[in-house]
Amino acid sequence: MSIEWYLVLSAMIFSIGAGGVLVRRNPLVLLLCIELMLNASNLALVSFARAHGNQDGQIFALIVMVVAACEVAVGLGLIVAIFRRRLPIDVDELRELQG
Amino acid sequence: MAEVFFFLAAIGALAGAIGTVTLRNPFYTVLALVVHLLSLAALFLLLRAEFLAAAQVIVYVGAVMVLYLFVVAYVGGADDPIRPAGSPGLRRVSGLFALVLFAELAIAVLGTGLTALGEEGAGFFAGYGTPKEIGRLLLTDFLLAFEAASLLLLVAAVGAVVLARRRSGLEDPRELSVADLFREKQVTGTQTDAERGTMLEAGGEPQR
Repeated sequence: MSIEWYLVLSAMIFSIGAGGVLVRRNPLVLLLCIELMLNASNLALVSFARAHGNQDGQIFALIVMVVAACEVAVGLGLIVAIFRRRLPIDVDELRELQG
Repeated sequence: MAEVFFFLAAIGALAGAIGTVTLRNPFYTVLALVVHLLSLAALFLLLRAEFLAAAQVIVYVGAVMVLYLFVVAYVGGADDPIRPAGSPGLRRVSGLFALVLFAELAIAVLGTGLTALGEEGAGFFAGYGTPKEIGRLLLTDFLLAFEAASLLLLVAAVGAVVLARRRSGLEDPRELSVADLFREKQVTGTQTDAERGTMLEAGGEPQR
């Protein structure tokens, strides 16, 4: 398989994730859509690493995975805090950021 | 043979992605993302990224998705009606935006002058993408990124604990602000900080 196939697939997944972020309003699903976009970028990075024949892209993808795990931990903590405060779990309702 | 595996994995990845965006129940959404991630791990194997494929399955499918499932079960997303965002017009514009984004990315990828992208990929040495090689690179060339990632994980773990902890001993959890977390707590009697040092304090315990 040529590398282009992987890159086009990565672009498709990224577009689906971006559309999902715009369409959905549950913050849990928004986090999942962000995961989709991060994974699409991971696929592109690994494809480029394969195209070049060195492993730097794979290291980059590994670091992206770490960042995604951090984002999930903080995001889910926020969602649990929102749920504890009996606020609506809906990004359109949560417009105000107050300390 | 590789073509067959690629198309199987690609169909799985696309189906999982579309399911993630379109399914109503957050529980099924998470399961669709699990299908997507497993398919991506297969694609990583086809690209000779063995360690990344294993990390994808263990870290993402094994740990992160289970965390998601716990939060969905805790928040109770199943009985949460998910209304589509905004007006139908906004949704149509969102779909159009996604299509335009894909067209732009496809033009950028297919119209590039990089001839190497049209081939199978450069030759690779024995041990390409194995844990040994990745570990050697992480501890030599990319040591700074490795340390930064570990620091980031520590900060995220502490942040998640601070955000999600139970605020016991507080009458109304809404009254807690971020500043309270860093202020030393002074708990004497039932008086509040505003009443201390005033005539109200001399009058004894306030009537509540």
